[in-house]
Amino acid sequence: MLILGIDTATQQVGCAIGGHEGVLASAHSARGRRHAENLAPAIEFILSQARVEMREISVVAVDLGPGLFTGLRVGVATAKAIAHALRVPMIGIPSLDLLAFPVRFTDRLIVATVDARRGELFYSFYRQVPAGVQRVADHMVGSPDDLASELQASGQEVLLVGDGAHRYRGIFEELARVDVVEQGASFPSAASLVQLAHATAMREEFVQPERLSPIYLRKPDAEINWTTRNHR
Amino acid sequence: MTVAERDVNDDTIILGIETSCDETAAAVLRGPTSVLSSVVSSQVDLHARFGGVVPEVASRAHVELLTPVIAESLVEAGVDRGGFDAVAATYGPGLVGSLLIGLSAAKALALVHGVAFVGVNHLEAHLYAALIEEPEVEMPVVVLLVSGGHTLLALMNGPGDYRLLGSTLDDAAGEAFDKVARFLGLGYPGGPAIDHAAMQGDPEAIPFPRAMADEGYDFSFSGLKTAVVNHVRKHPEVDTRDVAASFQQAVVDVLVLKARRAAQAYHARGLCLAGGVAANSQLREATLDVCVGEGLRALLPGRSYCTDNAAMVASAGWHRLRSDGPSPLSLAAEPGLSLPDGT
Ligand SMILES: [Zn+2]
Repeated sequence: MLILGIDTATQQVGCAIGGHEGVLASAHSARGRRHAENLAPAIEFILSQARVEMREISVVAVDLGPGLFTGLRVGVATAKAIAHALRVPMIGIPSLDLLAFPVRFTDRLIVATVDARRGELFYSFYRQVPAGVQRVADHMVGSPDDLASELQASGQEVLLVGDGAHRYRGIFEELARVDVVEQGASFPSAASLVQLAHATAMREEFVQPERLSPIYLRKPDAEINWTTRNHR
Repeated sequence: MTVAERDVNDDTIILGIETSCDETAAAVLRGPTSVLSSVVSSQVDLHARFGGVVPEVASRAHVELLTPVIAESLVEAGVDRGGFDAVAATYGPGLVGSLLIGLSAAKALALVHGVAFVGVNHLEAHLYAALIEEPEVEMPVVVLLVSGGHTLLALMNGPGDYRLLGSTLDDAAGEAFDKVARFLGLGYPGGPAIDHAAMQGDPEAIPFPRAMADEGYDFSFSGLKTAVVNHVRKHPEVDTRDVAASFQQAVVDVLVLKARRAAQAYHARGLCLAGGVAANSQLREATLDVCVGEGLRALLPGRSYCTDNAAMVASAGWHRLRSDGPSPLSLAAEPGLSLPDGT
């Protein structure tokens, strides 16, 4: 089984190929938010590096978000088109799960964050379990202050990861029992995506391309305005 | 593996993808004009309650709709196992978030099938729409492209050989229709709503201004929209149908006047309508009148080729592929792309 993983939910563009033998090739770039320009050439590049033909891919995995909407959709649209054309199933994994996975070797509460812009974060809480992490609450969107009070109220030892935590580092480092994981782990990685997707594929938990949707966590602004206007 | 210049011919099968605004579309053509399938999924109902296209709503819908729309177009054309030689997609102008979805899918399909990818200018695609139905037309042809997003006049000497004569300096004509329809409470989309109300109104009831009628080939519609608002505020008892009819007459007069002037100046053999507003019944009638009066061939594409569609994208892609070859997979979306001088 060969899995192609695509991750464009943050300002980083990433893709990787892997399977039973682990990750065979990967590429990441985080400058300039050039998702649409970089992704297809990067996929072409890792295929040639891994000496894999496109038709050998048996699963397409994609980061579902939450994240930056426009970039996120570049990855999801690309992944759906590839999976549909190859007639292979898909696996979607949330960005926050991908952030928590590499820092799983801890007894602390893991809090994964993605910078949601407009003074807010997307975040989720995780615990280590055998062979991975388990999400212990729903994905949330809120201000760094909301999250900070939540962390203080919990009274637990906390490890914060992701570009959201870095952006508001000042707020979180003030808190007792809270540490922010260093810059190197700011973005979800396509390599983690392929690893997690491999475990999911072993359980045969697939989704068909036409049924896969991104996780937005926010309604379009117009819809929010429209709802408030009509329910006043 | 990609299609080289010499290989692009009348048997080349090309998949076109269009997602620049609020239509999700895919089509398969053999050569530049033989349409094997053309599928359009309109989001008009999704945007109606907002009174206009909401970019974020459009982008979300494209992500959901594009896979099934492409699938349908391939199955209908009988090439769902690959079997096409190139993929064309609109890369501008349009809403950037929407453009990126079609562009990404097109690149992905080119990668999977090992075929050429070609980026298409949406405006250029509109110019080819009429030729899909009438490929043998004599050149040159003056093209009047009017829609919610664009209003321009171009001279076409042949495929890929055209020049921009003029365009709107402010609102697109279709945008003026939408804004006036909203102001008059006629609903969305504005074009058909005004068209319908105008049928029972008097087009000469109110002498709205004909902006820039004597100046060149550029257009301006924002003053007309303001004139409508001012008139209704001053005369609240006015019959909405008369306002709609008089407004529509003013728009059509200016459009047709400039198109006729261009046809005379450049010795055109035909006059072609393109874009969503080309479905307007009064504009079609007035264009026909001009063509009869001037001895011009009238090219009035059916509604399905006036509004945004992917058949015109595949057709323009075929021409681009032949003249310039494939586009790189690193091609970016260009939301502000203008019509290039094809010459
Ligand atoms: Zn258009």
